Amino acid sequence: MASSDSQPNDATSVYGLMKKRVRGHQGMIIGSLIVLSVLLIALLAPLIAPHDPYQQDLLKRLIPPVWDSRGSWEHILGTDHLGRDYLSRLIYGARISLLIGIGAALISGIIGTIMGVMAGYFGGRVDMIVTFMITVRLSMPVVLVALAVVAIVGGSLQVVITVLGLLLWDRFAVVMRSSTLQIRSMDYVAAARAVGCSTSRVLVTEVMPNVVNNLIVIATIEIAHAIILEAALSFLGLGVQPPLPSWGLMVSEGKDMMLFEAWLITIPGVALFLLVLAINLMGDGVRDITAPENRN
Amino acid sequence: MIYYTIKRLGLALLVALTVSFISFGLLYLSSDPAIAMAGETASDADIEAIRKLYGFDRPILVQYFDWLQRAMGGDLGKSYYFRTDVSSLIGERLPTTMTLGVCAITFAIVLSVPLGVAAAIRPNSLVDRVALFLSVMGQALPSFWFALMLIVFLSVNLRLLPTSGSDTWLHFVMPTVVLGYYAAPAIMRLTRTGMLEVLSTDYIRTARAKGLRPWVVLFKHALRNAIIPVVSLAAVQFGFMLGGSIVVETIFALHGAGFLAWESITRNDLPTVQGLILVFSLFYIVLTFFADLLNAWLDPRIRIN
Repeated sequence: MASSDSQPNDATSVYGLMKKRVRGHQGMIIGSLIVLSVLLIALLAPLIAPHDPYQQDLLKRLIPPVWDSRGSWEHILGTDHLGRDYLSRLIYGARISLLIGIGAALISGIIGTIMGVMAGYFGGRVDMIVTFMITVRLSMPVVLVALAVVAIVGGSLQVVITVLGLLLWDRFAVVMRSSTLQIRSMDYVAAARAVGCSTSRVLVTEVMPNVVNNLIVIATIEIAHAIILEAALSFLGLGVQPPLPSWGLMVSEGKDMMLFEAWLITIPGVALFLLVLAINLMGDGVRDITAPENRN
Repeated sequence: MIYYTIKRLGLALLVALTVSFISFGLLYLSSDPAIAMAGETASDADIEAIRKLYGFDRPILVQYFDWLQRAMGGDLGKSYYFRTDVSSLIGERLPTTMTLGVCAITFAIVLSVPLGVAAAIRPNSLVDRVALFLSVMGQALPSFWFALMLIVFLSVNLRLLPTSGSDTWLHFVMPTVVLGYYAAPAIMRLTRTGMLEVLSTDYIRTARAKGLRPWVVLFKHALRNAIIPVVSLAAVQFGFMLGGSIVVETIFALHGAGFLAWESITRNDLPTVQGLILVFSLFYIVLTFFADLLNAWLDPRIRIN
């Protein structure tokens, strides 16, 4: 990691250099700020939300947001077709998106990392089998398989997380495999083995710390990927089920009225776009800061 | 080359076989097709009768080999809902999806390759920054939402394009854009990286030094070498697009294979869903097979490995 900086004096230590790169990286700062605020909003949803996101009021249906002349400050982002406060649903929706993104990435990350590190470290037959499994996985259409399984098992938060987690491990496996392949031939791995470290110890203390940066970058990509897929599944009616306030479901529910009340689909869509954009910017930032040579 | 082709073909067949088994097992293990077919009001005896009639009471491996044997002969069974052959059903719908896929990948390439080349000619210039900005934005845009926004603006507000159906080429404009834009960022970045790498090589310097016109160097010498990895990426993206057509076709009511997939999934029509997963997977396998062969033909180093 330190090989990329050529001046060995204290002012340009690895962490000093990284700090400098973080400060100079606008995308990373903006992305992290947005992700952090969404995370806070999700955690503090019951405190922030002005209304109950499930409370229906049929007399107050389809009130437009406050910037519309018909809007009011009571419902800043208006109400949906059942009279539920849109801002509160949006705030609770952040919980669902983050839960699914992080949950699915966690499952797929564990599967993919184990497979990739094993393939890269042991090579030979293990590598052949893992590479074959990656090829098989890539050949199967993700959206179609996810939709079919969710339709059969029944849509719920847990099912969507599990299905996406079991489908999105391919990128983890590919990247972990190639990073481990590089690390395996390093002198310090040979040294650790020479002094008699067990295989598991070499993997945990020598290999893992050196692939963890790549792992973080892939994790951000897959969190974003899972969030978009969940929204698409829920939009098609085969993901998270009503009355849960998933952003994809909100777009789907507003779709029938989008020609008259375009804000119904604009607001959850913009939220989705901003969150995914912010996560991607953060991932790009981590990559640029920890491994600037991979920028292109 | 022949040895490589045979080896690669063997791998493709093995992958196809595994995919067929997984897609078969996945759908059969996760539900009881007899209950799905009989409906909610059926008695236990009805369900048992259906189970016997369709052979669902046999071991899964027997059912799988039976299905596989017929699938190889082009018989994917009968659709529970449409009551016709799954293969002819898919065959009817596939041309629409293919047209859409070809349009979308063409759109993505036409958009991203020139942008990638322009960005690589002057790294960190305004063009490069704009290209990077667009690709970051594009990757974060959910396609179903983008599709709805296009409908609101182009069809309803400006009245430029029809919202749904597949009668004229105008009906394909929005679906093409929605399906194609998502592949563009990856292709753009790979073109840019490849061009940057090639442009710094000695043979490009030689070509420039001997006084060739800049555009000859750029397109005849540089792009031809930089485009090789882009070809396989485009093939992979094309395969992904066919799988992704389900969202786009559903929104624009384009009656292709993707729309069929959505129809059959919501109606628990297992044979059709299975057939579609198999067909989409096979397409991806065939595409990547040819892309790999093309690569091996263009770059002899791949063949030796």
